[in-house]
Amino acid sequence: MEIITLDNFRFVADLLHQKTGIVLSDEKVYFVETRLSDLLRNEGIGSIEELIETIRRGRDAALEKKVLESLTTNETYFFRDVAPFEALRKVVLPDIIQRRQGERRICIWSLACATGQEAYSIAMVIREHFPQLASWDLKIIGADYSREVLEKAKSGTYSQFEVNRGLPVSYLLKYFIKEGDRWLLKDSVRTLTEFVEFNLLDSRYSLPTPDIVFLRNVMIYFDLETKKKILANVKNTMRRDGYLFLGTAETTLNIDNSLERHVFEDNCACYRIGQ
Amino acid sequence: MKVLIVDDSTATRLILAGMFRDMGCDVLEAENGEEALKCIDSGEVHLAIVDWNMPVMDGLELVNEVRQREECKDIKIIMVTTETDIDKVGKAIDAGANEYIMKPFTKDMVLDKMRLIGIQI
Ligand SMILES: C[S@@+](CC[C@H](N)C(=O)[O-])C[C@H]1O[C@@H](n2cnc3c(N)ncnc32)[C@H](O)[C@@H]1O
Repeated sequence: MEIITLDNFRFVADLLHQKTGIVLSDEKVYFVETRLSDLLRNEGIGSIEELIETIRRGRDAALEKKVLESLTTNETYFFRDVAPFEALRKVVLPDIIQRRQGERRICIWSLACATGQEAYSIAMVIREHFPQLASWDLKIIGADYSREVLEKAKSGTYSQFEVNRGLPVSYLLKYFIKEGDRWLLKDSVRTLTEFVEFNLLDSRYSLPTPDIVFLRNVMIYFDLETKKKILANVKNTMRRDGYLFLGTAETTLNIDNSLERHVFEDNCACYRIGQ
Repeated sequence: MKVLIVDDSTATRLILAGMFRDMGCDVLEAENGEEALKCIDSGEVHLAIVDWNMPVMDGLELVNEVRQREECKDIKIIMVTTETDIDKVGKAIDAGANEYIMKPFTKDMVLDKMRLIGIQI
């Protein structure tokens, strides 16, 4: 594997922080070496030195984006943590449906959606439990910084390994078709979703106003200032009576104490703007 | 909690048995469906992890057999098998399996599926 100099490491870490908010501490040298070595192979570039030199010259935006994407962590799976999807089904969606009887329009964000399992889990819950929404204007928007994961999300195609994780078998049978050794989501689920490239650091979020926001397992990578900025942005964009879900290990505590925490079964929490 | 592992592969049984013992479960092992039924008759099995292709009595037959017994209706069954055909998956669920994992599997997969069918350890 290729070795990275401390100087180059710090350059990459700074760039990553500046563009995505992700913080890489000095212990992450090995992680960066592994990820960049894979990238070198795919791009046919000789060494990390050469790669960083090109990025430093600042003329290859596409390559820079690939470098930064290669340093994101994209792990995700269907119905991750289960409880948020139960809360969505039992409490959050029934409440939002009640509130939106007039407009018959619901928008849900899956921010930092990675390869799309979260967005599709939400879509399957809706197809399975809320047939009355079939005639509503309903969109689940998956958004992520990384183009590579978005391509995969858009394809709606998953490996055996991926459909084995967290996905109830009844949903596999009902909402997927098998093509060779790949599993493809049916159109009834896919048409509810849309995937877009998006940066959480953007100063204004130019996505349709959401009623429900999933922002899970991404804030853990950011520093306090970045977390504050992002939560403020989400708060300013979402509907006043909307709901925000964070990851199990994430809270708004000491980041934005104005958000109210609501606890559901299984200790699952979501956040609402104080009314 | 008592867990029954039904697989004709010694290696697979070893992995699964170790996993469940680490979680503090009592583990029973069977090499085929017939042996599995004997284990089930001998006492309170809560969860059965069942392979499909086994000699003597295969996994699907076992699931059918278990589901015909009134006293076994609460046993949760997770099929863990190399069968990945969607029709086969459907058959196992129709027969009464609660969940299905396609080999190769990981510990996380098993834990996630257990959680889905309401088993928390
Ligand atoms: C661990 S995944 C979380 C996936 C999913 N939300 C979940 O909980 O399973 C983190 C994702 O955050 C994305 N990400 C990191 N920084 C980002 C940023 N500044 N803007 C948008 N997405 C970002 C990464 O590309 C990665 O796909």
